[in-house]
Formats: sequence, structure tokens, C-alpha cells
Amino acid sequence: MSETPKPVSEMTYEQAFNELESIVAALESEQKTLEETMRLFERGQVLAHFCGALLDNAELKIRELTDSRLSGSKTE
Amino acid sequence: MQQPSLFVPQSLSVSDINRYLREVIESDEILSDVWVQGEIATLARPASGHIYFTLKDATSTLKCVVWKSAAMRMQIPLQSGAQIEAHGAIGIYEQGGQYQLYVDAVRMTGEGALYQEYLRLKAKLESEGVFDPARKRALPKIPKALGIVTSSSGAALQDILNVLRRRFPLVEVVLAHCSVQGESAPAEIVSAIKGLNAQAAVDVILVARGGGSMEDLWAFNDENVVRAIAASAIPVITGIGHEIDFTLSDFAADLRAPTPTAAAELAVPDREELRGIMQGVINQLIYSAQAAFQETRVGLTQAQHRIEKASPVYRIRNDRQRLDDLGARLETGVTNAFRYRRSEQEGMGKRLAALSPFAVLQRGYAIITNAAGGVVASVTQVSRDEMLDVKVSDGEFLVRVVSASGSENEGEKK
Repeated sequence: MSETPKPVSEMTYEQAFNELESIVAALESEQKTLEETMRLFERGQVLAHFCGALLDNAELKIRELTDSRLSGSKTE
Repeated sequence: MQQPSLFVPQSLSVSDINRYLREVIESDEILSDVWVQGEIATLARPASGHIYFTLKDATSTLKCVVWKSAAMRMQIPLQSGAQIEAHGAIGIYEQGGQYQLYVDAVRMTGEGALYQEYLRLKAKLESEGVFDPARKRALPKIPKALGIVTSSSGAALQDILNVLRRRFPLVEVVLAHCSVQGESAPAEIVSAIKGLNAQAAVDVILVARGGGSMEDLWAFNDENVVRAIAASAIPVITGIGHEIDFTLSDFAADLRAPTPTAAAELAVPDREELRGIMQGVINQLIYSAQAAFQETRVGLTQAQHRIEKASPVYRIRNDRQRLDDLGARLETGVTNAFRYRRSEQEGMGKRLAALSPFAVLQRGYAIITNAAGGVVASVTQVSRDEMLDVKVSDGEFLVRVVSASGSENEGEKK
């Protein structure tokens, strides 16, 4: 988690949420420098807002498994 | 009954004609006590406790009702596809304009052909371990993509999509359309499941179909369909028919939901719940960050105290005080030392004075020394005519030895 963090905007909800949880765990369990605490807290806030926005704004995306693909598997 | 009028034909109300038919039918001896043989087709058990089903044979159907009181006395379970003989009376349901059999007793005439096939296949697949609970896989808690195997024109799909929109629109839906009843349905369902496994990166597959008769749902009892579900590398949730319908696909699935709607609900989390969890995590985040800052602040205050103690000002003040303190102790120490020495010295002087030989002279004693200065303490030390010095308390004088003898003869002095 501490190695070059992924840009939040590229994350799935689950990835963002999992990182948020691990940040909270890290803040609760380990003695951190003030700078590190600030960094984790800010990252956690970004993740939390991102997750909230995903939940609020998501539109269901539907695509169809195309017939050509299906017919390909039909011949199996 | 009135006779038709000569002029305008007399018309009856709908209620009138239904009531009349009811009276005719219910007064018929055969119709009021009859056994009817057929296969149970559609079966419904609403919350009222009454049971509604249709009896059918190759060409015809008959609506049947079992009142709750009779239903509770039933010896055999009523199931779609079962071949039964139902006993009761034919009556008219006036509001619906329907005649139906009011069933008071039921007996088996042998299981329906479909049901028999169902049981045979179930036993076979069961013995092969296709339904083994150990094969069931855990479902992803938060799926990223969801495959749906159903008819794109069915109500089941709309039910599922509505649930997904409401609960978790983050999920990506991949629809694998297939017929869900009829000749070609089993092959299409198999193909859809395989297609999703091969082509689409989905985390879970829903196999769904809305409610229908046992025959309608029959594709989901097809051996190939059941095997395709069991063989799917991606976990499968089934939502086929209604609560009461159990297809073999349900047994093979990793999770069986009673309806398509329920399947969708089991497949994804509810975003309201997620928001609640998220709020909890945010609170934790804020709390733990605050705690960390608080801890740092306490550490800072302590460090401040320590640095103040280490500062030169503090040390100078401290050293000043220690200096003053030492000065005072030095002073009293010296004073005391002097005082002690003085009294010691005085004591010594007195003791010395008491020991002085000259003090003895006061009491009449004398010290005699010879010319060499040696003290004369014995007659053997002197000789005749020797000059001796005699020291008394207030001076000294010379004497000559006239004679000397032992202690009985005192030395004569001049």
C-alpha cells in the first residue's frame, strides 16, 4: 500500500475501499511520524470521497455478449 | 325464470346469469361429488393458505381450489407436474365467471412423467457429486462485473436490472441472452454460460428466469444445463421461477435464490449499507488521525518541558542556587570546625598542664641532673664530690655529693 499508490481515479470501488480500510488500520496500530499520519489521513479522505462519489453517481452499464462470440463458443 | 317478452328480448345481468349457472351446476349430482384425474400444472400458495392449481391432460385444463381447511388435511404434497386425482365439487366463481373444482381430497395416480424424469436425473447427478456442497464456491462480496444468463425480453431481466440500479449500479453487467424455454433453450443456456466463462471477465453469473409451470422451467432441469452450471469456473447464482420451484440447476449452483429479484439482491451489496460502512470507516479515519495528532501534541509538550530544563537559563538559575547553597554550607562548616578545634585545644592544654613535671616541683619535689644533663634517679649514678644541679619550683642550685649509699642510707647533701 505504501509503494507508489495507484491514482484513485483508476481504482474500482473495492480497491479504494480496501485501501481506505488498511489506512485506518495503519493509523490505529502503528506509531507514525506526523508527516506520515498527515499523508495517510489525506489519502484516506480522497479515497472516502471517491468511494462516496462512486456510490452516488454510478449508472448501471450493460453490454451484451455478442452473438459472434457466442457462436464461437457454441461450436465447442 | 321469466319468459322472453313478445317485443324486446329480456336481458339478464352478468350476475344473474352467473348465479343461475351456479345454481344449475351445484344442483347436479355428478358435479357435486366427482374425482378428476390430471397433472398439476400451475400451482400457487398465497399467504391466505388456500391453494390454487390447474389440472391438465393432453388437451384440456381445469381450475382447482383447495380451501385452507382442506389444504391442512392433505396427506400428499401438491407439486407442479404431479399426476393426481382430485375429489370435490364443481362450482362457479361468480366474480370471475369461472367454473372450478373445489377440492376436498387428493390422491396420487403415479408421479407425472416429467417429475419422474426429474427425480431420475437428480439421483444420477447427485450420485456423481454434481450437487456436492463442498463444490460450492464463495461469492465475491463486491463484484466488479456480473454476467446474466436470461432472455433479454423477459421480465426477469428487468427485475434484476432494477435491483442492480437500486442497490449497486457500480457493477458492470454483461448480458448473455438465451431462450429460457422451448426446444432450443437448453443449448442456448449452456452456450451463454460457456460464453461468459470464455469471453467476459465477470466475477459472478446469474442464471435467471421468471415464474412458470414445471414445463416452462424444464430447460433448467436439462442435464447439459445442470452440468454447465456445475462446470462454470465463475460462481453461479440461480434465480429460477418462484420460491416453491426447485430445478436441478438450483442444486448445481453455488447459491440458489428463490426468484430472479432475490438472485440480484444476493449478487451485489446494497449501496445504502456500503454508505453506512463507509461513514463508519471515515469516522475511524478521523478519530485515529486525531488520536495520532493528540499523541504528538502530548509528546511535544513533554519535549518542551525537557528542553526548558536543559536550557542555559535554567542551568544558570539552578547553578546560582546551588552556589548559594554551597556558600552557606561552607560558612557553617568552617565556623563549626574552628569552634571544635578551639575547644579541643583548650582541653588539650589543660591535660598537658596537668602532666607537666614542673607542676610536681610546686609540691616540694626537685629534679636532679648531672653535668651531662642526665636526670639522676639512682644513687648508683652519682659519685663522691660530683656536682649536681637541683631544680626546684622557683629556680635551681648546685650541690656536691658528700656521700652516697643504698636506700637505708640517705645521700648526704651539703
